[in-house]
Amino acid sequence: METEFSDLLCIGAGLAGERVAIEAASSGFQAICLSIVPPRRSHSSAAQGGMQASLGNCIMGDGDNPDIHFADTVKGSDWGCDQEVARLFVETAPMAVREMAYWGIPWNRVVPGKSTYFKGGKQYEKVEAKEKEGLITARSFGGTAKWRTCYTSDGTGHTLLYTMDNKVVELGVTVHDRMEAISLIHDGETCMGAVVRDLKTGKLRAYLAKATLIATGGYGRIYRETTNAVINEGNGAIIALDTGIVPIGNPEAIQFHPTGIVPTHILVTEGCRGDGGTLLDVNENRFMPEYEPEKAELASRDVVSRWMTHHIRRGLGVKGHYGDHLWLDIRHLGAQHIKTKLREVEEICNNFLGIDPITQLIPVRPAQHYTMAGVRTDKDGAAYGLKGLFAAGEAACWDLHGFNRLGGNSLAETVVAGKIVGEKISEFLKGYDVTFDTGIVKNAMVKELERIERLVSCNDGHEDVYKIRNAMQDELMDRVGIFRNGNDLQKAVDNLQEIYSRAKKVGIRSNWLGASPELALAIKIQGMVRLALCVAYGALQRTESRGCHAREDYDARNDRDWLNRTLATWKEGNDLPTLNYEPVSKIMELPPGDRGYGATKIISAEGEITEEESEPMMGD
Amino acid sequence: MGRNLKFNIFRYNPLDRNSVPHSDTFFIEETDSMTLFIALTRIREEQDPSLQFDFCCRAGICGSCAMIINGRPDLACKTLTKELPTEITLMPLPVFKLIGDLSVDTGIWFRAMNEKVGSWIHTDKTLDPNAEEEKMDNALAEEIYELERCVECGCCVASCGTANMREDFIGAVALNRIARFMLDPRDQRKEGEYFEVIGTDEGIFGCMGLLACEDVCPKNLPLQDQLGILRRKMGWSAVKHLFRLG
Repeated sequence: METEFSDLLCIGAGLAGERVAIEAASSGFQAICLSIVPPRRSHSSAAQGGMQASLGNCIMGDGDNPDIHFADTVKGSDWGCDQEVARLFVETAPMAVREMAYWGIPWNRVVPGKSTYFKGGKQYEKVEAKEKEGLITARSFGGTAKWRTCYTSDGTGHTLLYTMDNKVVELGVTVHDRMEAISLIHDGETCMGAVVRDLKTGKLRAYLAKATLIATGGYGRIYRETTNAVINEGNGAIIALDTGIVPIGNPEAIQFHPTGIVPTHILVTEGCRGDGGTLLDVNENRFMPEYEPEKAELASRDVVSRWMTHHIRRGLGVKGHYGDHLWLDIRHLGAQHIKTKLREVEEICNNFLGIDPITQLIPVRPAQHYTMAGVRTDKDGAAYGLKGLFAAGEAACWDLHGFNRLGGNSLAETVVAGKIVGEKISEFLKGYDVTFDTGIVKNAMVKELERIERLVSCNDGHEDVYKIRNAMQDELMDRVGIFRNGNDLQKAVDNLQEIYSRAKKVGIRSNWLGASPELALAIKIQGMVRLALCVAYGALQRTESRGCHAREDYDARNDRDWLNRTLATWKEGNDLPTLNYEPVSKIMELPPGDRGYGATKIISAEGEITEEESEPMMGD
Repeated sequence: MGRNLKFNIFRYNPLDRNSVPHSDTFFIEETDSMTLFIALTRIREEQDPSLQFDFCCRAGICGSCAMIINGRPDLACKTLTKELPTEITLMPLPVFKLIGDLSVDTGIWFRAMNEKVGSWIHTDKTLDPNAEEEKMDNALAEEIYELERCVECGCCVASCGTANMREDFIGAVALNRIARFMLDPRDQRKEGEYFEVIGTDEGIFGCMGLLACEDVCPKNLPLQDQLGILRRKMGWSAVKHLFRLG
């Protein structure tokens, strides 16, 4: 049995995983990072927009501070976040941005003098101060009172990830790439590491560690249409859920984005609509004013997504090989504007659709975008249920985002949580020792070897793993998507249970020697369906609308009954998760109120019902 | 009805003793806006689940999916089938170690490259976490970003005459990385220190000036310019070096 030992095992080497590893290594601990792909290919690189931190250097961010960032984050979460965590996050973010500058990020800087910008389809002018020249600047993002999102052109995630991995190389932190953790090694109380499959050779290896971190990103790929990278299949959440002890926090909290291009669902920025782009249907009619007479395409992200889905359901979508879609029209903005202000949109259209957005319509539809859900941790990043297990980044439910994440807070979370959780893990490791029980390690290995043997010998059946995955994705997309209601959710739970029983009968059809992509998926398919059931069942039970969780049959945010967090665990042998609930936050620095954007109906803690209609929000 | 596309795909599984390198043929019907990501995913899921290839972001950002497409290295995810003839031949990138079929091991290669060129800010300054950040001119930040856009896909290495002949050549990707740090005032390395890394036949003087790297770079990095600038700078360093030694 091949075995590796370390103080810290980071499962996942994107921004969060590597930031934690850097902190531990800087404190003198030996860290090993595992990654499904070479670390610089992690999905962190795809976050183009930027990272929120209240530096307040640019004129539109003048007067910004952590308090304002805090209020924006809590409101954005629809009061679903942990406010202690949000406070810790906003206080640390400015320092984290400056640290990344010190490590080499070429942040865009303040350029003094006049410049123009677009808001709600109109052009405005601003003047940057001379004394701020050369300090880190910021751009505007949805749901923020100030311009707070620090950026490097259209590649913030890319530069952050490269700089982080540079630091990893400098410190000599070990990274084993093309390695996938397929189960956690634990005794019911303490985590001791993971069983890992080598994606080059197909061999299994035991990684034993005093502390284990899950930083595997979101689980967007359980949905059919998602902006996520193909690796975001939720394997970190799966192995945590498989312990039967560690809960997934708010599994139903999933964010959608209105404009993924069809067929690949690569995201085109909401800036298209912010600058005056419109949405058209099969008859090339602009339909948003029909639903939102005042705001039209500028209504909030979730509202636009919902009306787009509604319009497609009415049969007014454009039929295509890849299903129905709508059109995004930016032709009237003109070549000059598109080529300068929306350059990356033009590139995406040229490269991935083969169309010219200056003269042609862009096929779009809403797609899954972000997983607020994740492995539930305390504010130190320690997972509930197992000593020595931690989580950070999109894989974790820390819980900074509650039921809706603000643009620019996800990238910031990876770096900030990575720093904080890394410090906490270093404290944990000081003077901590764990006993590795060879019997437990061997059993964990044998269990996985037997599982693989059953799959490759088709002992349990001949179900096609891709068909199972597709059926699961369809179920989530069609019934646990943007609009949710009791009937559809119940049907989704029933169908997913049936899919789950089929997932247990998967058999490998191809040559499984070596890396075997079919086997890699087959190993996690049951876990993916279990995760899908957590999402569907959590959404069914939550009889309210909060942030991205929009129930047609319960359209009010209900602070009387649902100001809480879902905790889903999976007991071995069951075919449904066990749901428990905990209060959203021990400390309520900002008591529940109106968010100030989107239409909201609120049932207060006292049972009073109010309805509000307010300003739109935009962002990535 | 779309075109009927014919794919000739290199196949070899080094971990299967019965496997020999060969080419397999697959047919699929072309659909609107079909990229090689869509085509290959369909072939794997509908025709041969053992087919190995690498995609991650499928949006031209992560650099995972470089392969030889009808004789030319490029990112498969941003290659539209409609821009190719009906017959499409796919081969893995040369130079890198083959994992299987179209999948090659870029992770090990690039980690070694990053270690070799010291791909990080070398500084003896310490960070004061409570101080305001050091100022930088925005135009310089953008100039650095322009070179930092490299996604380490390996196309420049695969297309390089020297890299294909000599495995110790560090390639345009590494030279561009050095150019990026030379631009950055936060990095305190002196020209002589860069010379130690790239002032050899493994470095800038190994470049034959064929410049396929510039032609194939999916990110359109200005590799020709950077190689020219480095050659000039390192040429002067070499002269200075000689005198100092003398």
